[in-house]
Amino acid sequence: MRTQCNPSRFISNSMQKVPPSGIRKFFDMASGSEDVISLGVGEPDYVTPWHIREACIHSIEHGETSYTSNYGLIELREEISRSYVKRHGVYYNPEEEILVTTGVSEALDLAIRAITNPGDEIIVVQPSYVAYVPSVIFAGGVPVTIGARGENDFKITAAEIEAAITDKTKAVIINYPNNPTGATIGKDELEAIADVIVEHDIMMISDDVYERLTYEGTHTCFSALEGMRDRTIMLNGFSKAYSMTGFRMAYAMAAPEIINSMMLIHQYSMLCAPITAQVGAIEALRNGEEEVGKMVREYDRRRKLIVGGLNDLGLDCFNPRGAFYAFPSIKSTGLTADEFAERLLHEQNVVTIPGDIFGDTGAGHLRCAYAASREDIKEALDRISTFVDGL
Amino acid sequence: MDEQTRNILEILEEDARIVPEEIAALTGMTVEEVEQKIEYLEKAKIIRQYKTIIDWELAGENYVYAIIELKVQLERKLGYQAIAERLYKFPEVRSVRLLSGEHDISITVRGNSMKQVAFFVAEKIATLDQVQSTATHFVLKTYKENGLILDEPDQVKRLAVSP
Repeated sequence: MRTQCNPSRFISNSMQKVPPSGIRKFFDMASGSEDVISLGVGEPDYVTPWHIREACIHSIEHGETSYTSNYGLIELREEISRSYVKRHGVYYNPEEEILVTTGVSEALDLAIRAITNPGDEIIVVQPSYVAYVPSVIFAGGVPVTIGARGENDFKITAAEIEAAITDKTKAVIINYPNNPTGATIGKDELEAIADVIVEHDIMMISDDVYERLTYEGTHTCFSALEGMRDRTIMLNGFSKAYSMTGFRMAYAMAAPEIINSMMLIHQYSMLCAPITAQVGAIEALRNGEEEVGKMVREYDRRRKLIVGGLNDLGLDCFNPRGAFYAFPSIKSTGLTADEFAERLLHEQNVVTIPGDIFGDTGAGHLRCAYAASREDIKEALDRISTFVDGL
Repeated sequence: MDEQTRNILEILEEDARIVPEEIAALTGMTVEEVEQKIEYLEKAKIIRQYKTIIDWELAGENYVYAIIELKVQLERKLGYQAIAERLYKFPEVRSVRLLSGEHDISITVRGNSMKQVAFFVAEKIATLDQVQSTATHFVLKTYKENGLILDEPDQVKRLAVSP
């Protein structure tokens, strides 16, 4: 008689090191509830602009359903290259320095895997997107987390990064404008960080997916800083700026050696990004500026509405200058962020995400996504007010 | 145009009933600043009127709309302005536009029945001295009015939490 199989015995060690995402719990709780107002979605509430959808439909109608180059359509890479020259004055060769990926998530995974040997340390600045630490673990690396603190407007300093660097450090991952805090970081501060990166001969992985959603000041592209171009892997995508989350369209830009290594993994796993989505991305870059401007202006209004509303409720909220997240402190209520978010969902049907899911320094905060309609934001604020008054 | 002015105009264009307090919350301006700015915009005639888009069909009022294209004979020295002024004074005429191309002017007329609109065009418009010919197109259905889609299908629902 054959012995029974125990599938869990076959799971790799690295998988066992990764706990499930804390967001999952709220996803499951919210799924069963009616009349839910959600501030839990990191996704624009706009449908992709029609001209982008129409370009995709036209492309399918004309039979464009094939594979593309592993790197992505050359027309798309050329548009991406042009957009970076125009916005940041930094040039990437579309032939060998740009790789089109299925979402920034894939680009991130490829970037980490391309440079990480087992045991290499990758510094992850938190609070940050929940995929950074698991991606390092999956690649066999060791994530070293450092926390940007609320008292410093959730900006990491060069000194804090330097203190975490060891002989094994390979790279640092930053994300500005930041998910979940909405923090941005200035050029001077990034230059100080660049000095540390050069001094210790390591790399920077910069996730700029929220770049276009910058409301105050201008976004500084890390690779545009002097001497940083070949030390940086730039990650960017179309999900947030052009409201194209479901298209899974993104790209990485770096020195040819890095992009080539990333492409090798991409070639043997994803092969290439879907052609229809790539056609949509070309249209977005060529003709999408006006729509981006409109969306950014509307997010800015919602930002002021929610930040002002949360402060009025006594939930101290620092001023987020980018992305579409408010990150209020709920410490004054005496509850942990997890207790607050869970009770708020059960008692008032409002979904928010506890800040500590994104890193220790996010404890005592909530992530409230304001990529929701103004009516929903106002209703959510009313319900949060009722909840806080009842504590 | 400065950013504050653009902000206020866009917000009001979307919802004319919004109160200054709400505009202040959305723009970070004070209520007084918003009120002053709106007053200026009204006086400067940049804000021309606060109107409501009504779906009369849904309300049970079966108004008939027609778009009439006109070829006109211009009067010496007066040009198109003179005929435009004659046309826009009729309450049945809802819009008057100067066109390029085959026709000179397009007007939109509203009436209670096709017969009423047809008689109005035949008796009041076609008989004007400057009007050489008319082409009447009755509107069968309006899908979009002033940027508002009137019978938009339901949007796809987003998940409550990002996966």
